[in-house]
Amino acid sequence: MDLLYDTLFNGLAIGSVLVLAALGLAVVFGLMGVINMAHGELMMLGAYTTFVVQNIFKAVLPEALFPVYILVAIPLAFLVSGLVGLLLEKTVIRRLYGRPLETLLATWGVSLILQQFVRSVSSAFAIGLVLAVAGGLLIPRFTPKRWWHQRWTPLLGTGSWVLSGLIGIVVASLLGEQRTLDQPWFSARNIDVTAPTWLRGSIDVGAVNMPAARLFIIALTALALVAVSWFLQKSVWGIRIRAVTQNRPMSACLGIPTQTVDALTFLIGSGLAGVAGVAVTLLGSVGPNLGGNYIVDCFMVVVLGGVGKLAGTVLAALGIGVLSYIVGSGSLLLVWPAMPEALNGLISFFATTSMAKVLVFALIVVFLQIRPAGLFPQKGRMVEA
Amino acid sequence: MPDLLSGRQLRRWLPWLLIVVAALVLPVLLPPFRLNLLGRFLSLGIVALGIDLIWGYTGMLSLGQGIFFALGGYALGMYLQLASLQPGELPEFFSLYGVKSLPAFWQPFNSPLFTFFAIWVIPALVAGLLGYLVFRNRIKGVYFSILTQAALLVFFNFFNGQQKLINGTNGLKTDTARIFGELVGSDAMQRNLFWLTLVLVIGAWFLCRWLSSGRFGDALVAIRDDEPRLRFTGYNPTAYKTVVFAVAGALAGISGALYTVQSGIVSPQYMAVPFSIEMVIWVAVGGRGTLIGAVLGAVLINYAKSLVSEQLPETWLFIQGGLFLLVVTALPDGLMGWWRQGGPARLIAMVGWPPKAATYPSLDLDPEVQAEQRRFDDGSHGGAA
Amino acid sequence: MTLLELRGVSVSFDGFLALNDLNLQLAPGELRAVIGPNGAGKTTFLDVITGKVKPSRGDVLFRGRSIVGQSEHRISRLGIGRKFQAPRVYQNLTPRRNLELALRAPHGPAALLFGALSVEQRDRVQQLLAVVGLEAHAHQPAGGLSHGQKQWLEIAMLVAQDPDLLLVDEPVAGLTDEETARTGELLRQLAGDHTVLVIEHDMEFIRDLQAPVTVLHEGHVLCEGSMEQVQSDPRVIEVYLGSDTQEAA
Repeated sequence: MDLLYDTLFNGLAIGSVLVLAALGLAVVFGLMGVINMAHGELMMLGAYTTFVVQNIFKAVLPEALFPVYILVAIPLAFLVSGLVGLLLEKTVIRRLYGRPLETLLATWGVSLILQQFVRSVSSAFAIGLVLAVAGGLLIPRFTPKRWWHQRWTPLLGTGSWVLSGLIGIVVASLLGEQRTLDQPWFSARNIDVTAPTWLRGSIDVGAVNMPAARLFIIALTALALVAVSWFLQKSVWGIRIRAVTQNRPMSACLGIPTQTVDALTFLIGSGLAGVAGVAVTLLGSVGPNLGGNYIVDCFMVVVLGGVGKLAGTVLAALGIGVLSYIVGSGSLLLVWPAMPEALNGLISFFATTSMAKVLVFALIVVFLQIRPAGLFPQKGRMVEA
Repeated sequence: MPDLLSGRQLRRWLPWLLIVVAALVLPVLLPPFRLNLLGRFLSLGIVALGIDLIWGYTGMLSLGQGIFFALGGYALGMYLQLASLQPGELPEFFSLYGVKSLPAFWQPFNSPLFTFFAIWVIPALVAGLLGYLVFRNRIKGVYFSILTQAALLVFFNFFNGQQKLINGTNGLKTDTARIFGELVGSDAMQRNLFWLTLVLVIGAWFLCRWLSSGRFGDALVAIRDDEPRLRFTGYNPTAYKTVVFAVAGALAGISGALYTVQSGIVSPQYMAVPFSIEMVIWVAVGGRGTLIGAVLGAVLINYAKSLVSEQLPETWLFIQGGLFLLVVTALPDGLMGWWRQGGPARLIAMVGWPPKAATYPSLDLDPEVQAEQRRFDDGSHGGAA
Repeated sequence: MTLLELRGVSVSFDGFLALNDLNLQLAPGELRAVIGPNGAGKTTFLDVITGKVKPSRGDVLFRGRSIVGQSEHRISRLGIGRKFQAPRVYQNLTPRRNLELALRAPHGPAALLFGALSVEQRDRVQQLLAVVGLEAHAHQPAGGLSHGQKQWLEIAMLVAQDPDLLLVDEPVAGLTDEETARTGELLRQLAGDHTVLVIEHDMEFIRDLQAPVTVLHEGHVLCEGSMEQVQSDPRVIEVYLGSDTQEAA
């Protein structure tokens, strides 16, 4: 029996990470119908932020303060991922509303760039990048106004970006001659975050051994859920977000700044990805490919949970998380040693993490045959107008 | 003669002329290694044609074509493994995992005739089944994309995890196998395979053209434009979508088989998530909804990729990510769309060589009028999602 | 003998009754107008007949057989055609191809791939293009047509479909007076051979149709009769103009 509770607890912990990861995605998808393929990379940014915060605490601040670094990392990760998400919304996604498939491709492009950025960023690289962006933005300001009203203006616009990009590359490669500046910040290797001592122990409840880190993740998820649902239900901006979700043109007519609402939603959704990234660091080492491991699962949560209801997201994420863990860890065999031979063979066939995904996906497809719109479908004449 | 070179005719025939010339000249000019690369990329053009059919015409964005691609590759790969054995022998890898006899599902691949059909019928059946289960529940848009991606991940996991059945991560090698007594990896055989690929690309192009013109093609476009409307006219879109998805699956299988024999290996990497999204971007860059664009995009991007990867491997992801962004925001109809809509003439006009105007030059070339014209053009195909 | 019958049909969206115990009968060859204020359930009523929405209670009979639970394309193949409120044509196809798709012919993938249109069918398309005045635009994508042209194209598509029962939702919204008159004429011509049900807000148009009128209100039939009868019915005046007390206030 204890083994059962143990399994459930661990499944719950894994499921909580998925809840946290899918929460932001579901908020963004629910409001804007935007599938953000870069969501996993925003998680990765959160994880790397945690890594940087940890190193700063180790190197600069007194040792006594080290245990609290993770509490500092959470808001910072929210901020970093949120701001990157905001930038993404302002530059790319805003142009693509109402074209979900295009958004999907564009955000995939962004995810590739973010992955490679983390791998190859060095001081020289960063300086070059800043120069290139600054150049691209500033050239229009420091050139004659009338250049920008000519037939060839589009060429000039592209040209100025190409030029500043080239300048950036040249500067970066010149600076790269210096050993110290060429050193990659993170490189392609995985990074390890050391959990503070208070998260390394475990608490025994009855005979169930609960690692503190996992309890912390569950608590963090619960907190995030409460915060998000409070924000959506009670705060002014939350109510505006829901209004825009339900009827965008009408909200605009009532004076709700829908563009700000979109940006805010995206910031929050991306920020939540960052928080999920912090949680992931507590489960093991992380690398630039972190996003890929979570993104498909997160999408399954969105498909299964249906759109627009937090309860659906939570239920679907916990369901997928717990089921994957139980099947994948093979703990069913431990809990029920006397099961029939045929079933035993079947279960051990699926008892690896990757094979568990195979089974869970099959179950999801079967489920969608019965409830095509997910756990909590929307009704009414608005559906498929 | 002037008539032949007038804009419209030129726009229409120039790409074809270039292709014919390239097909005749390149095999003579290129060294075997480069020719082999071109053959590989051409075979990728076949899977791109299938994607164009389902995405460009029917509006369904599949992120899982790698499944069918790899299935075709595995079918041919296993046949080649078996064909080059002495009677009673087993492919080498089986003995590594202690498998004594050929698993039953591989038995039919001893037969060349069965393999010939298996290469395209098996992917078509898998695609048809998967598609039917999804389409009949009216799951579409991003949900369809997500589900195909999840299915891809599931197949990827499955093939990676099954060492005993399909040699897991290592895949199947084909270079040392023999067809008609000739090594598959030899230069002469690779040259023949190039010609075969060329013939099949052209065949696939004609197939897709036949499907996409005529009333069947109209029905596909109608599904993209307004699927519910088509239902009320007495059509069952599920049937059409299943058929066209199965055709795309068959094309992917053929493409995978050709790619496998020309690169010497088939492995679960063909089912990796990024590869299948890359396929979509070939079509997007080439120009979706134009069949020739799909092939062109596949060849161009892969050539660019191999060039960049040889010189500056770490920049390829940046370039690829940038391509995703660029094509979605700036070139929604891809290169062929830009070409056919008179993009080059516009470009020349920008640097002060105005094109012949059909109406009053002062009016036709006015930047404001042109802007209006573009807005009108964009508006008219705003319905295409 | 009735062609279409709705028996006690109710539709509930999360507790809101869009249709509430609706009963209605249509005889073959009849021309019927349905009016009602906004939110009376007119579009839901068509959704129920065409299979888009499943009634929570009640039954829909077409030629005496229940069609509840059948999919949209099957109901359409039985001979029920529909024109939508906002014109819905296939934007990226030309008007000619729009019409060719709508023709009453086998609708399976094999039929479209291997079958060709007969000469009569091509003539029919050409004739319909002429009727709705779109011959000159036959080769441009329909997305570029004006609102009125799209309305007409969709009506032509409905005619090409040649259904026994035509459900026409707001056919004259956005049309000029002359076009409106011609649409009315067209619908009157179709009635007799076909059964036509028109939903419209334009009262002038309804009066010119000289057809029996059914008034919907809050999801059920308020009253039926000729336009004159309906217009003098106090209940109708009340739902359209608000209650007396409100007027007095």
